[in-house]
Amino acid sequence: MDLVLEEVSKIYGTGPGASLVLDRISFSMHTGQFVALLGSSGCGKSTLLRLVAGLEPASGGQLRFDGRAILGPSSQRGMVFQKYSLYPWLSIAANVAFGMELRGLNRAEIRERTGFYLEVVGLADAARLLPRQLSGGMQQRVAIARALAAEPRLLLLDEPFGALDLQIRESMQEFLHGLWRRTGLSVLLITHDIEEALLLAEQVHILAPRPGRLVSSLRIDLDRSDLVALRLDPHFLALRQQLANRLRQLDRPEA
Amino acid sequence: MSKPARWFGPRLGPLLRHPWLLGITGIAGLLCAWALVAQLQWLDPLFLPSPAAVLHAAQEQIDEGVLWGDISASVLRVLGGFSLSALVALPVGIAMGANATCCRLLEPLLALLRYMPAPAFIPLLIIYFGLGELPKVLLIFLGTVFFNTLMIMDAVKFVPREFLETALTLGGRRSDLLTRVIAPCIAPQVLDAFRINMAAAWNLVIVAELVAADSGLGKRITMAQRFLRTDQIFLGLIVIGCIGLWIDLSFRFVMKRSCSWAQ
Repeated sequence: MDLVLEEVSKIYGTGPGASLVLDRISFSMHTGQFVALLGSSGCGKSTLLRLVAGLEPASGGQLRFDGRAILGPSSQRGMVFQKYSLYPWLSIAANVAFGMELRGLNRAEIRERTGFYLEVVGLADAARLLPRQLSGGMQQRVAIARALAAEPRLLLLDEPFGALDLQIRESMQEFLHGLWRRTGLSVLLITHDIEEALLLAEQVHILAPRPGRLVSSLRIDLDRSDLVALRLDPHFLALRQQLANRLRQLDRPEA
Repeated sequence: MSKPARWFGPRLGPLLRHPWLLGITGIAGLLCAWALVAQLQWLDPLFLPSPAAVLHAAQEQIDEGVLWGDISASVLRVLGGFSLSALVALPVGIAMGANATCCRLLEPLLALLRYMPAPAFIPLLIIYFGLGELPKVLLIFLGTVFFNTLMIMDAVKFVPREFLETALTLGGRRSDLLTRVIAPCIAPQVLDAFRINMAAAWNLVIVAELVAADSGLGKRITMAQRFLRTDQIFLGLIVIGCIGLWIDLSFRFVMKRSCSWAQ
């Protein structure tokens, strides 16, 4: 897996009302990497993820996945949204099976893999329930299981824990980290949460708003064997503070 | 369905909390008041027939075999017109909700047509199609199709974008979206739209029969007026109300069964 963005721009609208949302963004990532795009609201990070997913075309520049231009959505790039992530009319198991059914796998295989991926996210007992019977954190775990069941080569996460309570968000971050460790997934995560980006990603790209542009990229080398302890580690906290200051400056360039 | 909030008024004991109990009490109360007023003869029985007189009229019509004939004539007209309306409204509504071009093309037109009262079309329909079944079915069609279409369009517009995009990133094709995402997602709103607009269909069938028909509940009411048979008018009104209520409850039942996720 190889994702390459070269000078990617996005403009909404035409003529005098047009607005530049993304300004010549370039970066790349490869198999097994966990990359975060960090930025405050309005920096176009969700738009960028939508371009990678193929849900919208870029206005300029190139996006290539395994050497081929991204022309539309595909099951190779699975996506988990912050809201409306599950189909409320389908049971948990049917939600996980949804993508496999779309691709016409046979019944036995679907059943087996649905069970497997529910097991992976620790929700095998919830198979027959409806989404509304699950907490927000559990729903996001199911959404991740459904994305994984389609066997994507790259998992795109659009602030997947943004709507969750702080404590649940922390446990979901630990869950996602464990999942990444175990499965060797490639993950591209969008977040405005500095701690989340530092904690999970090996590489963090920082986006500045109006227009959205990539201002710096950091390699994060941290010992992630104990995330709970890492959150309180002085070195980690200093790095987090440094980034927070940086983001604040980007938000108010005049100050 | 959410419960209405209660800000003031009496609180009920636990025994009285069965969801249907109060509704039935309300209906029973009205029947009792009617029986009492008729019994005391406060009004001329010609204006207010007693419940017994209405029951007698029912017995009479059942014996003559006209009641079932009237009911089936009216019900068939409603079913015919409404099915036609649903059949047109579903594809057009979905197309308008899912496609901006369709929407811009048709929405102003439907908004205009929607404000033309359907009964005003009766003279035209009679000139075009005579006095048979067709103009009545078409009246019901005309009176409900625009509302059905616009309500279905709205339901489709409110399908969250994420639902559609998730399907696409899971390997779905655009053709899967309609059957696998949009249809199940809008089903509760479509059923609700049909339930609400069914009431309009009932109004219209009676209007059509009042103007020109040789059978049907509306026809029976006009006939009864001619002979000052208020008992038969009351009977007709009650039967129409009961059938309407039954249809409403059937829709709610189907909704509860098939769309329990949306409750």
